[in-house]
Amino acid sequence: MLNFPIYLDHNATTPCDPRVVDAMVPYFTNNFGNAASRNHPFGWQAEEAVDYAREQVAKLIGADPKEIIFTSGATEADNLAIKGVFEMYASKGNHIITCNIEHKAVLDTCKHIEKEGGEVTYLKVKDNGLIDLNELEAAIKPTTILIAIMYANNEIGTVMPMKEISAIAKKHGVLVFTDAVQAVGKIPVDVNKDGIDLMAFTAHKMYGPKGVGALYVRRKNPRVKVTAQIDGGGHERGMRSGTLNVPGIVGFGKACEICLNEMEEETKRISKLRDKLQTELLKVEESYLNGDKEHKLPHVTNISFKYVEGEGLMMGFNKNIAVSSGSACTSASLEPSYVLKALGLGDDLAHSSLRFGLGRFTTEDQIDYTIEQVTKTVNKLRDMSPLWEMYKEGIDMNSIEWAHH
Amino acid sequence: MSYSEKVIDHYQNPKNVGTLDKTKSNVGTGLVGAPECGDVMRLQIEVDETTGVIKDAKFKTFGCGSAIASSSLATEWLKGKSVDEAMTIDNMTIVEELNLPPVKIHCSVLAEDAIKAAVNDYRVKNGLPALKFDESVVH
Repeated sequence: MLNFPIYLDHNATTPCDPRVVDAMVPYFTNNFGNAASRNHPFGWQAEEAVDYAREQVAKLIGADPKEIIFTSGATEADNLAIKGVFEMYASKGNHIITCNIEHKAVLDTCKHIEKEGGEVTYLKVKDNGLIDLNELEAAIKPTTILIAIMYANNEIGTVMPMKEISAIAKKHGVLVFTDAVQAVGKIPVDVNKDGIDLMAFTAHKMYGPKGVGALYVRRKNPRVKVTAQIDGGGHERGMRSGTLNVPGIVGFGKACEICLNEMEEETKRISKLRDKLQTELLKVEESYLNGDKEHKLPHVTNISFKYVEGEGLMMGFNKNIAVSSGSACTSASLEPSYVLKALGLGDDLAHSSLRFGLGRFTTEDQIDYTIEQVTKTVNKLRDMSPLWEMYKEGIDMNSIEWAHH
Repeated sequence: MSYSEKVIDHYQNPKNVGTLDKTKSNVGTGLVGAPECGDVMRLQIEVDETTGVIKDAKFKTFGCGSAIASSSLATEWLKGKSVDEAMTIDNMTIVEELNLPPVKIHCSVLAEDAIKAAVNDYRVKNGLPALKFDESVVH
């Protein structure tokens, strides 16, 4: 028996695991203390809970607990990392290297840096969504202080070669920051093996609560420092002031612990379902996989169905299935996804894309239903698509003078 | 964003999907929009040559639900109107009928443009001068 709606948008957010909620609940009521209250049991209890959660979080990424700075989420962590390094290392240089498919939290922060006198290189990704390592190395200058490349992309799920990126960075004495929001908890991420100096991630993408995230800041080889962006009581070793979100942090810790224990089994199960969904949907005529086939997260697939428009497509089943699209119509800007365009996709294919994000609670029945519904709707919309008719008649669509508006 | 019931109804049960023979002299075809913009509408009218009344209208649309609904509604309204009356269909009446939100007004503009393009195609085929229109404000 299927329960509707089916949630296949786990790259946007995930539901809280009930075990996470159970762990959090006492910290709203009985154990409500401020972790900074050093002089009574309420504070001690809260501090102890935060310390424990910090260990759980650190363990998932192979870090030391002292290297975890809790924040309100990944956007804040991205800001703290980039702006914090830019300010802290100003005497060393002002150049940052990033890429053109980063999340807006990174791209817009880099834009801000440019206004502050920084210089930013935006590497173009290849058509598989990965950066060219030679281009990365060539972009490094004496003034380069930071390489900011995402671990995995949120729209297409491609996983960047972090080990190779950090090896290049080490060679030139440049710090590596990665926005690992989509990767942590889904695939093994180890800050030491991967050579990462700073890393942003968040609880709500890994079955934890919204409103809590973390920045990993390396303490040894090298010791990395960031300038605080929020001033106040000097919490989080002075790097992020503000009373700690104790229930959120407890939930984040629990979520990390569950991911660490269950990732291997979960990945096997989810990637099998993802592969089934992807294989079946790619059997639809004129459908195209976006992003690299091999180097990608186990739970994501992004497919363009040519000659149908993404939002129109979603409307066929969005009462029952929640997915997202790179179509312009889903955004206020009317511009299709900049990530898909960066892969060299024409606007027409970018408009025709759907992203499917599977998760911990996704079942095979749900995937079977999704395959059936998506296929059916694509066919229905193609029957009313003038472009499909032209394609079937062999008309070259580039030969038509479209009225661009 | 949620859709109005009327948009959903046209999307689920589109009226007059199809193709008319564009080579016939009494058929006018309008093709507007562009694939890169995420919407393309093709609207066709078939005119009764003795009465000048539109006896059939068909559409095919590549686009979002609002674009499909706008063109479906346009074909409904076109049938039974004279060619001249067809020109009076205004995009804002489509907006009102379908309760389109501001971000979807361009869908209705596209439908109006498609009607005008179809009428002009019919006029030119029948030796009449194409009517000039102010540039629609789109996107």
